[in-house]
Amino acid sequence: MQTIDLSELGLREVNKMLHAQAADTNQTSWTIENAKGSHAIACGLDAPIEVTVKGSTGYYCGGMNQQATINIDGSAGPGTGENIMSGKIVIEGDASQYLGATGHGGLIVVKGNASSRCGISMKGVNIVVQGNIGHMSAFMGQSGNLVVCGDAGEALGDSCYEARFFVRGSVKSLGADCEKKEMRPEHIEILQGLLDEAGFDADPSEFTRYGSARTLYNFDVDNAGAY
Amino acid sequence: MLALDSTTAALAEVFFRDLNMCGIVGLFLKDKSLEPRLGEMLTSMLITMTDRGPDSAGIAIYSGETAGRTKLVVQSDTPDTAFHGLETKIGKVVGGTVSMKVSSTHAVLTLPAGTTAAARAALPEIDASLRVMSRGDSLEIYKEVGLPKDVAAQFGISAMSGSHGIGHTRMATESAVTTMGAHPFNTGDDQCLVHNGSLSNHNSLRRKLRRDGVHIETENDTEVGAAYLTWQMQKGATLGEALTSSLDDLDGFFTFVVGTKDGFGVVRDPIACKPAVMAETDQYVAFGSEYRALVDLPGIENARVWEPEPATVYFWSHDSAPTSSEKAA
Repeated sequence: MQTIDLSELGLREVNKMLHAQAADTNQTSWTIENAKGSHAIACGLDAPIEVTVKGSTGYYCGGMNQQATINIDGSAGPGTGENIMSGKIVIEGDASQYLGATGHGGLIVVKGNASSRCGISMKGVNIVVQGNIGHMSAFMGQSGNLVVCGDAGEALGDSCYEARFFVRGSVKSLGADCEKKEMRPEHIEILQGLLDEAGFDADPSEFTRYGSARTLYNFDVDNAGAY
Repeated sequence: MLALDSTTAALAEVFFRDLNMCGIVGLFLKDKSLEPRLGEMLTSMLITMTDRGPDSAGIAIYSGETAGRTKLVVQSDTPDTAFHGLETKIGKVVGGTVSMKVSSTHAVLTLPAGTTAAARAALPEIDASLRVMSRGDSLEIYKEVGLPKDVAAQFGISAMSGSHGIGHTRMATESAVTTMGAHPFNTGDDQCLVHNGSLSNHNSLRRKLRRDGVHIETENDTEVGAAYLTWQMQKGATLGEALTSSLDDLDGFFTFVVGTKDGFGVVRDPIACKPAVMAETDQYVAFGSEYRALVDLPGIENARVWEPEPATVYFWSHDSAPTSSEKAA
């Protein structure tokens, strides 16, 4: 295992070392010490390596991630996992605002709570939160799944497209064009798979599914005058 | 769906990004043994926030009070002439003993209690360059244009002791980079405010407040926020009530941290784009725009760390238990 000290090497050097790992690297396990809330740790990785960050992180940890598994052994700052393409990010503590924004793929697991705008404009990423999520989450969510074992804040799924939202607790309010949906067997199966992958022991039948009412993003000729 | 993607991007970029404008720190000590280190801890927190606000910086520090005396902190760009014999001149105006401690461009005048208004009124006559930074029994505000580390060194902030304090690093968006545009803003006796964000209705609100006789010096949006709170409190509102009503009357993005003689409070607007992290231990309550600002505090590893909820007023006081109240939607 490779252990590197962020406060000694500096961010650019640390990220350069991680970027230098090829798909067949033998150095598959990395630990980054002294995160101290620094920004952009382990951004833009593209190799099947596992990186554990000791401490809490600042803005954009694991942004644009591909293939790598990133464990944050603390809480994560704004924009963590932004535009994630694949791989996995696991946050032991809480996540700040716009977690996984515009993410195209991969999985983000939060063991604490996530703040506002969780999964904003999600485009295929799966996000599983053990606690609660804040307001305006999954705004304009296009694809992927957002699983919340606790409660959701105001305006969940506002102006969403085809992203799916599974919430076990209460939803403070639904955003425009977001509605409660029937939980069919295929949804139970998807949800069970995500809970298993995240390592959370929860009964999928206790969740409610929400999604787009599909009235906003389909062109309606009666609205032609409004354009 | 594709046609709207650019809108998504624009919304995410423009409305939901805090563009790293301005940094705020705050520290409220519960453990009196830390009081001699308040200035040192706040300075370290402030310097960490330099890249959020490199153009000016300021600190409000509550350094204790003396019975029967009150403080007036004044600033001048020409301190050699403006502060020359200032304590004697003010002493004559107020008819009592006035002492003065000069620190670079700032001077702390200590006056007999109840004479602040008379002293303040006399300042323009004495020297036109004199400007009031703060007034109060315990509060002292120091602020200038420059990098936070330079501003802190200029006033020797790290050697100061006190019970609580707040600081600000500024990246100007709504008005010029000047001393008077720097934060914290003094809002009333022993009250001050720092702000991260931008208020969009500050021009109309300034006109309304000026019509009501509120004194507003600059074209700065935060000063309007500060004046608004003062105005509410003059009408009888508590600080908590004034902060709660600010959620209705102020339009824009804001995280406010306010200081009073015995405590400090935090409120974020309902959209809550501007970042905020709080930490609490048995020894202190700390606020930072980012977690980075808190990492050197003692015992931070085991602190309770959380993001303050939007549209919720939090308040800690040396005199009473902490409170948080959510504003009804």
